[in-house]
This record gives sequence, C-alpha cells and structure tokens, in this order.
Amino acid sequence: MSETYLPTIGIECHVQLCTKTKLFSEVDNDARGKSPNSCMSPVDYALPGMLPRLNQEAVELSVRAGLALNAEINLDCRFDRKHYFYPDLPKGYQITQMYHPIIGAGHVELPDGTKIRIEHAHLEEDAGKLSHEATYSLVDLNRAGTPLVEIVSQPDIHSAAHARDYAKELWRLMTHAGVTLGDLYNGNMRFDVNISIAKPDSDQLGTRTEVKNLNSFRSVERAVEYEIKRQAKLLDKGEQVVQETRGWNDATGETTGQRSKEGAADYRYMPEPDLPPLHLTEAMIEAQRTKMGRPLSETRAFLRQFVSENIVEVLLDYPKLTAKLHSLKDYWLESGASDQKSDQQAATHDAWLKKIANLFSSVLLAEENTSLLNDELPSDAQLSDLMAMVDQAELSSTGMKEVFLKFFDPEMHFKETRMIAKELGVIQENDLSTLEAIVDAVLAKPETKQAQADYRAGQTKVLGFLVGQVMKESHGKANPSSAQTILKSKLG
Amino acid sequence: MQIADQTTSAVSLVQAALKKAHHFQETHHIFTFINDESALEKARAIDAKIAQGEPVGRLAGVPYALKDNFLSPEGETTASAHILTGFQSPITATAVQKLEAEGAIMIGRTNLDAFAHGSSTENSYYGPTQNSKDLERVAGGSSGGSAVAVALGIVPFATGTDTGGSIRQPASFNGVYGIKPTYGTISRYGVVAMASSTDCVGFFAREAADLDLLMEICAGQDSKDLTTLPDYYQTSSFKPGSHKIGIVKDFDNDAIDPEIRQALKTKVEELQSNGHEIVEFDMPTLKYALAAYYIIVPAEVSSNLSRHDGIRYGFRSQQSDSLGDLYYHTRDEGFMPENKRRIMIGSFVLSSGSYDAYYLKAAKARTLIINEYAAAFEKCDFILAPVSPNPAFKLGAKVNDPVSMYLEDVLSVPLNLAGLPGLTIPVGQTAAGLDLGLQLVGPRRSDRALIKFAETLKEKA
Repeated sequence: MSETYLPTIGIECHVQLCTKTKLFSEVDNDARGKSPNSCMSPVDYALPGMLPRLNQEAVELSVRAGLALNAEINLDCRFDRKHYFYPDLPKGYQITQMYHPIIGAGHVELPDGTKIRIEHAHLEEDAGKLSHEATYSLVDLNRAGTPLVEIVSQPDIHSAAHARDYAKELWRLMTHAGVTLGDLYNGNMRFDVNISIAKPDSDQLGTRTEVKNLNSFRSVERAVEYEIKRQAKLLDKGEQVVQETRGWNDATGETTGQRSKEGAADYRYMPEPDLPPLHLTEAMIEAQRTKMGRPLSETRAFLRQFVSENIVEVLLDYPKLTAKLHSLKDYWLESGASDQKSDQQAATHDAWLKKIANLFSSVLLAEENTSLLNDELPSDAQLSDLMAMVDQAELSSTGMKEVFLKFFDPEMHFKETRMIAKELGVIQENDLSTLEAIVDAVLAKPETKQAQADYRAGQTKVLGFLVGQVMKESHGKANPSSAQTILKSKLG
Repeated sequence: MQIADQTTSAVSLVQAALKKAHHFQETHHIFTFINDESALEKARAIDAKIAQGEPVGRLAGVPYALKDNFLSPEGETTASAHILTGFQSPITATAVQKLEAEGAIMIGRTNLDAFAHGSSTENSYYGPTQNSKDLERVAGGSSGGSAVAVALGIVPFATGTDTGGSIRQPASFNGVYGIKPTYGTISRYGVVAMASSTDCVGFFAREAADLDLLMEICAGQDSKDLTTLPDYYQTSSFKPGSHKIGIVKDFDNDAIDPEIRQALKTKVEELQSNGHEIVEFDMPTLKYALAAYYIIVPAEVSSNLSRHDGIRYGFRSQQSDSLGDLYYHTRDEGFMPENKRRIMIGSFVLSSGSYDAYYLKAAKARTLIINEYAAAFEKCDFILAPVSPNPAFKLGAKVNDPVSMYLEDVLSVPLNLAGLPGLTIPVGQTAAGLDLGLQLVGPRRSDRALIKFAETLKEKA
C-alpha cells in the first residue's frame, strides 16, 4: 500500500533561544517556575505607545544557529509584522522576518550522511499561552516575546525515520551551539511537519498537509507515519488529500483536521516600521563562531575515534558530557609534556577518554543516576587522577565507579581523587608482600582447607572462593588478579 | 518662560492657566482632562524650591497642555477614543518625562481626533474643539485642542503629534507656531501610535524662540525608541544672513484658497525685500504624496490599532459571549467611524493580492518624493509653502466627505513621507478674521535653522 508512494516531507522548527531577556524587552526570558504574567513588561503586553527594542544577545544566538546550520548569514536583515487576532498575541501582530531573514540557505547532515537542505531561518517572537477552563480562558504572557529562531527545511525528507533523525539532529546542533536549553517538555523546540505523498515516478508532488506543534522526536516520527498511511489510504480509494492544517493527538496516535486552506488566515505582512534594518558585521559573526565552540560534526568525529557508534550517538544527546570530553583532551594536551613519549601518551589519553565516555554512558546515564546530570561534572583533574589510579591498579572497576559517583557529592567538589578513594576505602592492595601475608593467613584458616584440597585435586573453579576469602580478609582492598596469581603459585 | 526671578510664582501661573482652561472649556471644548489638583501641588513644590534657593529646571512652573495621546499617570490617556476609556497609564512618555524634569506642569490633556485620525478634531469621541477665532469653525486637527489652548493664551506651549499635518494645520488655523521635527528627533516612546513611520512629536507655541527651548529639551536619542536619530539638535546651528527660499510652482493653483495664495505672495515679496533670494521650481512627484500617504498610513494604522482588543486594558464590550464576539463588539463600539475606515483601508492594502499593487507602489512613490526633496534642497535652503488649501472651515462641512477631508492634508503629508521638518508660521488673517499660516520646510536635521530663520522673519516684519 504505502510502499507504492514516495513521501515528501519538509519541517519547520521553532527554537526558543536561551537569552537572558526577551527579544524586545528587558524582562527575564526564563519563566520556569514563575507565576503567570510575572515575566512581562508594558512592551510585552502591548501597552499603547510601546516600541520594541532589539535584544543583541538574541541576534548573536541567531547567528550561532545559522553557523550551526552551515548557513549563509545575511549581513542585512529586516523585521516584518504578521497580523492575526488571538488573546495570546497582545499586539495583534507577531514581529517576524518574512522578507529578509537573518539566516539564508544551509544544510544539515544526518548521522547516516544524508543531507537535508535548509531553505532559510528567521528570528521572531513567541506568543503567550492560553489555558481553557469550562466557561472562561486564561492568558499567560510570560512566554510572549521569547526569542525564537524558526528553521525552515527544504522538502528533502522522504521517510518518517529521517524526519525523526532530522528533528533530533537539529536539537543536537542547537544545544551544542548553546542556542537553546533544548528542553522539549517545556516547548523549547517545536516542529511543524509538511507531508505529501506521490507515486515515485510522478513529476509532481502530492497535496500536502501540515501537522503542527509536535514537541518530541517520537511524535514527529509517529505523526509522519500516520499521515503517510492516511494519505495513501485516501489515494488508494481514489479520493483526494485536502490541503489543511492537522493537529496531533499523542494519546490516540492520530492526526485530526483543524483548518483547511480556504480558512487560512491572511496575515497582512508589512515591514516593521518600529525597528530599523539590522546590519551585521563579519567581525561579529566570527566572534560568535569562536564563542559557540566546536561544531557538532567535529565532536562526532572526535567521539568516533574512541567509542563505538551507538555510544557516540548517546553521548551527543548530552552536550555537557561531550564538552567535558573535549575539555579533558585539551587539559591533557596542555599539562602533558611534549616529549618523545607523546605517541604513547596520546594512546593512553584515548584509552582514558574511552573509559570516561563509558563511565558517562553506563554509570551517569543509568536511569537511577540521571538526576546527577544537573549537578556540576567532576573536574578535569579529578577525572585524570581517577584514570591514573585505575591504570596503576589502585582501583578496581567497581572502585572506579564508586569514586566517580562520589565526585557528584557537593562536599567532594574540591577534593582530590585519592582522598575520596581513601575515604571510601576502595584503594586496592597491590603490595605483593602484604598480599602474600594475607593469602597465607587465608590458607592457614581451617575453613579453606577443603577448598585447597579440592583445587589440588583439579577443581580449579574453587579458586574463585579462595580469592573471595582473600578479598574478605583484606576488607575488599586486595587487587583480585594479583591475589589469584599468588594463590595459584602457592597452591600449585 | 522662566520664573526663577520671582516676579511671579509657579502657583499663580498654574492657577491662572487652570482658571482660563475651565473658562474656555465651556465654549471651545479643548480638554479631555483638567489637572486641577496635581498641577497645583507641583507648582507649590517648585515655589518651595525657589524659595529655598534650590536649582530648578528651565521650564520651572511653566504650565503646559498635553495632547491626550501621550502616556502619563496623570489622568486617563484616552487618545479621544472610546476604546481607551478608563485607561490609566503606568508609564510616562519620554517627551513628557523630559518636560517634567525641567519643571513644566501639565494642566490638562487636550482633545484630538480619536487616535489622531483627522484634520478637524471632529472625530473625537468627546466631540469637536472649536476654533480660537470662530466658534462655528473647526480647530483643525488632529492636535486641535493643543493649538487652541496655546492660541487662547491658556498655556504658553502645548505638545502635539504630526503624522500628516496634525501640528502644522491646526497651528495655521489658530495663528500660532507649530513645529513638526525631523522624523526621529523626539522619542515616540509612550505616545499612542498612529503611523509609526511618519509619527512625530512636536510643539505649539506663540513664540518661535519657545519652540527652540522645547526642542533643545526634548530632542535626543532614546534607547526605548530605536527609530530616534543620534543627538543633533543641541549642536546644530543657524547662519543668519541671506538665504535661498524655494517656492514650489505646483502649489500655486486654483485648488488653493486665493487669500492663502495672496499671503504667500506677500511673504515672498517681504523675503525679497529683506535680501533673501527666491528660487522657483516644480516638484512633480508631490502630487502622488497624498495617495501614497493614504495607503502607507492606514496600513500602519490598521496594524498599530490591532492591540486594542478589549483583552488587557481600556474598554470592553459587555455584549459578547465568545472570543469573536468580544473582538467584534469591542472594536465596533470602541472605534470611531474614521478609525474603522482607516483600519479597513489599511487591511485591504496589506491583504495578499493587494500588497504589491498598493503598499509596495506607495513605498516606491515615497522614495521618489524623498529624492525630489533632496534635489530641491540642492537649489534652496528652505521651502515656503501653504499648510492647507484653505483656512479653518465650518464645523460639519467635511465630516461626511472623507475624501475632501483627506485633501485637507495634500500640502502637509509630503513632509511626513520624507521625514522632513516643517514649521508653521502665522502670517496674518483673512478678511473674515481667520488665522493664516504658512509652512517653512527644511532638509533633515535643519529644525533649529527653521526656528531661528522664523525668528528673523518676525523681527523684520
């Protein structure tokens, strides 16, 4: 059925910028946890005589967004008014960029190498929020005036999976560039998806529908899957797809018609006379390129050097963690002597990065620990020392994990790794004579006699029991592999 | 205007102004609000300061009238529109802040055409203001109340806004000076917007010199209005002596009242006898100005008035039980017919399918007009022209003929489209005793030169 059609998909993505203040007023842009209508100024609630004043930081973050999209930054851009009446839009128009957007053509490369072209991206303000009660509705303007960058793709996507991958890649690009907090639950990124299907040999696109306001990668994927099936069913029956805006119901997994093209609003765009044209300079753009840190593609290539593909993709969802790995590498390059051993050192460092990346993915991202992500990450020195102690066999892998988790204890922030390991009592006993003495003590115990006899009789698996006894005798500090070697030689 | 020499007191000035305000309110309907209590309180505070030898501002104790489209917490800001009924502003317009910082005392808010839409003050929700010379005639508009308040000697100065002649025309109808500055000279922050790209804050006064002081105080860049120009007024100057005065030949036709044409001729002769050079030229694109203006301005008006939806402030219709109804009835009952007419024209010219044919064409005409003025000011220092095609007309004469009312603006709007400064100077009266004014127009940022030049004309006259 649906296999006989080729879907064509374009996505518009609204990204809320993490600026300190709103796009056109000096009011706090972060309304999380604030009471309704407490983050707004007369400019935001559109008192008569109020004029927009442009937030420079929002312009800078837009430039970063453009650079992350490999896009042309337009040195001259302008603002326009888009008119419609709704209580969440206090001025009766949204200030946006219809004719001269700040970001021109660009592209996004998905992890599998597929390129999706960006048509343009523009800077605009968000609207407020309505909540509907039984007999009345309430308006909250805390979000009104939050800066948004709207990224408009070309219709280069041809599957639900790619639609999801594209949405996710945008999220990564924007969070790694520091453009947005990327909190999907709170609507920091929202997707409008345009979908049409046509026979693969047709030279014309089918009639498209738009599914608005999707706020997760999964819902993007599911909505596209649903629409492809729905449209295919219509076409198979010889019916027509109606050009319309559809809403997504996450609970039922269905889209429903909202507004047909005939009912579409005429937004009566006009140039915004209260804001002069915006002129950017190459110097300003270069400054943002420096400030935004490494491009996502570079980070991906960096991670691929030492961890497997699936862990790379997991870590890329946490810009904070990948930034830490970059920072560690830089730290070692700066602190390491540039002597003849550098090749060997580099190999060590790659092994360390792999270990730390694995600690991140297996320990920190384990479900019970994810709350730690909100805390400060361990320092470069702490993690370096941790790796050195592991290399010296001073810590077992269990001990390493214990120390690593302890780093997140606020009281441990400034403590040296060794101190923490000592306090936890997880430093391994590696001294051979001390270990020998412990092994001797264990072998002298009457309860181990049977096991010793069994081992000598060829039942080598009892060695595990004996090693366990050594660990117990050493209060867990013995290096188990050394203990095993000593045991073998004594029993052999 | 200074009272620091203690020959008079702020209290006596303000008391006198309030008394006159109440007196003329009965006959001329000048004010939408008279600031009895707060004005006297402020006057007493200034007198106390002077008595104690403390420094006071350059306008200490000077009473003034505020066009009722400037936001300030004193009185309701209504813009003479029903839809703003009950609107008490929490903020103060930049221009008002600057005047008050110098000690000026607002004694009343003046009547205007609702949202400044009009040329006669007849479109006010509160009814028309009467002409200072003839109660049967219009005050002009939209700043009619302010012009009449100054003409009748209630206050030495008043604020106005000029989007298409709203200061210059009522100044001319009431025999006072009125300045429409270069676009962007005075902040529009806190002024109820009519058309953002042409709105200008300006003043009425009986002396040109007073305008200079007011401009000196209020001009300047404002971070709250990104369209304000970098400061220039205070450092600009004027070279006395012989000047080249341009006369636009196109304006000398039958559409202009013969007494106005005669007044212009008399002034030209006077200028020549005073050693100024007269340069005559055509400005063929100016005839498109009115059409372009009545596309661009309604477009911006329809947009700027969108915020008046009954949701957050001002009037809300009670007869609504759905959102659509609320918008419909609030805006239907809250706006005056002229407001609605401009909203409809504006919405039309911006609608898809009309935008290119109307709005973009008008924008192109605007560019041509700007260029034509630039070329004109290569040939002369100032242009002298009529302000309006006729002196003050009878109340009700044009209210049912919007096009003839719009034609009232034919000579004043080209400046607004070009962002140029214009100054109305009183030049006498008609045989019937109606005031006549002419406008001096200069290149951008020539505001001070215009005022200073006007002062020299008065000395010579």
